[in-house]
Amino acid sequence: MSELLSLVIAKYNYWLYVILMMIGLYGMIAKNNLIKKVVGMNIFQTAIILFYVSIGYKTNASIPIITTADTAHGAVVRAADYINPLTSCLMLTAIVVSVATFGYAMALAVRIYQRYQTLEEDELRMRLSKE
Amino acid sequence: MRLLAFIIVTLTGAFLLYGTTEFPDWGDPNSPASLHVSNYYIEKTYEDTHAPNFVTAVVTDYRGFDTMFETAVIFTAGIGCFLLLRDFRGKKEHYYQHIPSGVILHVKDEKKLLPIGKEFGYMDKEWVPPDLINKTVCRILIPFIQIYALYVVAHGDYSPGGGFQGGVIFGSSLILLAISYDLKTLVERVKEKLLGIFAALGVLIYAGTGALCLLMGGNFLDYGKLAPLIPGHSGHIRALGMLVVEIGVGIAVMAVMTLIYINIVSEGRHDEGL
Repeated sequence: MSELLSLVIAKYNYWLYVILMMIGLYGMIAKNNLIKKVVGMNIFQTAIILFYVSIGYKTNASIPIITTADTAHGAVVRAADYINPLTSCLMLTAIVVSVATFGYAMALAVRIYQRYQTLEEDELRMRLSKE
Repeated sequence: MRLLAFIIVTLTGAFLLYGTTEFPDWGDPNSPASLHVSNYYIEKTYEDTHAPNFVTAVVTDYRGFDTMFETAVIFTAGIGCFLLLRDFRGKKEHYYQHIPSGVILHVKDEKKLLPIGKEFGYMDKEWVPPDLINKTVCRILIPFIQIYALYVVAHGDYSPGGGFQGGVIFGSSLILLAISYDLKTLVERVKEKLLGIFAALGVLIYAGTGALCLLMGGNFLDYGKLAPLIPGHSGHIRALGMLVVEIGVGIAVMAVMTLIYINIVSEGRHDEGL
């Protein structure tokens, strides 16, 4: 038991992301309302963004913007002084994709509501099978 | 269904957690993600590009293609919302408010439009009177939000910021205008055509900068070749190229955010909404 506890404490950040990710996955699978499904997808994406950003973190490192001391001529920039910029870049683009998909999904939901007057999945399926 | 979903979620979560036992520790400087190309980015970015912000340099220079198509994704999302929702049919009936007396008029003849001004004001079916405090505070705040957005775009390569962030802040200031007043106020000030042109213009600026580099004899998005166009800045030319690209991204993001908002809240009719 104490081994498991120490394992959880050593990697607690991953536990948080996995729990958040699973909340999103549960929302996508179990919820009946289409908007709630989309929100579940957004929670899932947020968990992945947090996961990536935490991978890039380094202890005792500063943000990935060069300090004036390191811009001097002949100064050697040490990679351990700055956190990993690559993961932040990848997540910058992931946030953009998540916003685009969220907006588009909302537009689709509006259209579905205009046509069927409902956003509940079971009612939609009933209406579709009748047609 | 709920039970099945819960079982699936628990199993997936357990597998993922089992996998994390071999992941690097929190804040480990020698984690695999920080060993290969990211060290090159940190050590050589300033030498290569003279941009102090590594993230911007990687996003718009080293990974420029990625960001260009990212802007195209944003543009496509805006166009998609427009095509899905836009409804050009006018409303059959109109509501007006006679401002001096506060009487609400319901005009059923669609051709009869009353002049909007001191005497008559627009009215929505589900109209809530805009709160004076909200309106005043937003009117004072919006210009500052917009100036801050421009600052964030302009400082993209020096401090935390960039085109995506600045564009979203600018777009949110326009959305704030629509929320605090009403949607008509925004649509009258910022025409739909203008937003469409801006969305396309942003992508064009990005792709055009790349094509300009081609014309100057370099590779696509190789900003170093732009040096003859801006004399006297040959050391900072890559940072300047990044700035141009960031402005394009900011314009596109601003226009698309506003376009998506207007289309969704008014179900594509651009007349009344939140």
